[in-house]
Amino acid sequence: MTELLVGTKKGLFVLEGEPGAPFKIIERGFAGEPVEYAMRDPRTGRILATMTSPFYGPKIFYGENGEWEQATGVQLPEGGEAALERIWVIVPGEDGSLYAGGDPGVLFESRDGGASWELNRTLWEHPTRPDWQPGGGGLCLHSIAPWPGEPDKLAVAMSAVGVWLTDDGGETWSHGNEGIRPRYLPEDAPDTINLCVHDLQRAPKRPERLFMQFHGGVYRSDDAGRSWSNIGEGLPSDFGFPLVVDPADPDSAYVIPLKADMDRVTPEGHVRVYETRDAGATWAPRGDGLPAEHAYLTVLREAFDRRGEGDALELYFGATSGDVFGSADAGASWFSAATRLPPVFSVRTG
Amino acid sequence: MAVVLLRGPLKTLADGGVHRIAGATVGELLKELERAKPPLDGWILDERDRIRRHINVFVNGERGDADTPVSSDDQVDVLPAISGGGA
Repeated sequence: MTELLVGTKKGLFVLEGEPGAPFKIIERGFAGEPVEYAMRDPRTGRILATMTSPFYGPKIFYGENGEWEQATGVQLPEGGEAALERIWVIVPGEDGSLYAGGDPGVLFESRDGGASWELNRTLWEHPTRPDWQPGGGGLCLHSIAPWPGEPDKLAVAMSAVGVWLTDDGGETWSHGNEGIRPRYLPEDAPDTINLCVHDLQRAPKRPERLFMQFHGGVYRSDDAGRSWSNIGEGLPSDFGFPLVVDPADPDSAYVIPLKADMDRVTPEGHVRVYETRDAGATWAPRGDGLPAEHAYLTVLREAFDRRGEGDALELYFGATSGDVFGSADAGASWFSAATRLPPVFSVRTG
Repeated sequence: MAVVLLRGPLKTLADGGVHRIAGATVGELLKELERAKPPLDGWILDERDRIRRHINVFVNGERGDADTPVSSDDQVDVLPAISGGGA
């Protein structure tokens, strides 16, 4: 049985099912409210959900079995000029901690299972912050990549402020942007930190390797995120949002190309996931069972996830159309897990 | 002290819909209300102490803002605005 936590424009949907057939909705939470992200922490069993009420602002809730508590500390320092706009992602750390990333370019850490959170002040007060610019979705810190077994090492990515690396638990941060070439700037533009990363994922078995979906470009780093090589050759489009890796294979990555930044839908109305098993040297379409025509889907950056690894790798993604698709064979074939949900913001396996 | 009337989730968080709170302005009043009722913290005012964009405040039936003066026995309604409820 596989559990999916689906954050939508109209609440959280908890789905369960056997891969290969439609899943059942077993719980709906925060009815009517936008749930941007939800995940289950495997260490505590808790679900953590981020919800930004248009009336009451962004919150993190945690709970089990439909009983929710509001987390504390999810705010910026009082009396400043900025307010928290949204929490984009929550990721387990390596030493029992949890990290949350949000807008405006902020990182929070929890050491009590998500009940209370503390803002990372060095990133918040970074001297380059006045130069940071938001992407289309805001100034969002959307990707957090811990280093297996090394709790002080972390890579995070922001739209549109590039990749940030820490080796000391977030006390200091350095930039990791060498080799990224943004096509939305003139070719002779000077180096910039205004780099619109869409997603960042680490290969757990070779943690110095990271994959990135950029705003035009798919990149790989083999030096822990300090420098990057474009590996987007062979894709129908190198624009897209989410990226997933197979934890068993550091040469693997999956992306879902969208036509272009000016037309953010699946190319030619054909839904396909693309897979590499050679670290980006070649890409192969994986679309058996996915809509092959008249399907102009948009898949957002947190709406693609996996469960298991290797031959048992399951893949799941949701679209703003309200569809959720799954694969129980590492992308070789696909099935419809859910239809007619509200627009899907995030998909995470439980 | 003015009377603050809450509805919906704010009423639940504040453990009641009617609250007598002291303050010279709407902003002071709401700050004191969030202080007196910690579960409300951040729901009406953001970190800048600004009333959230899609919350409306009425003083004795007239639309007010954070700087609107409040007198003893005034009635302050805190309501979600229709502007926040897009499809």
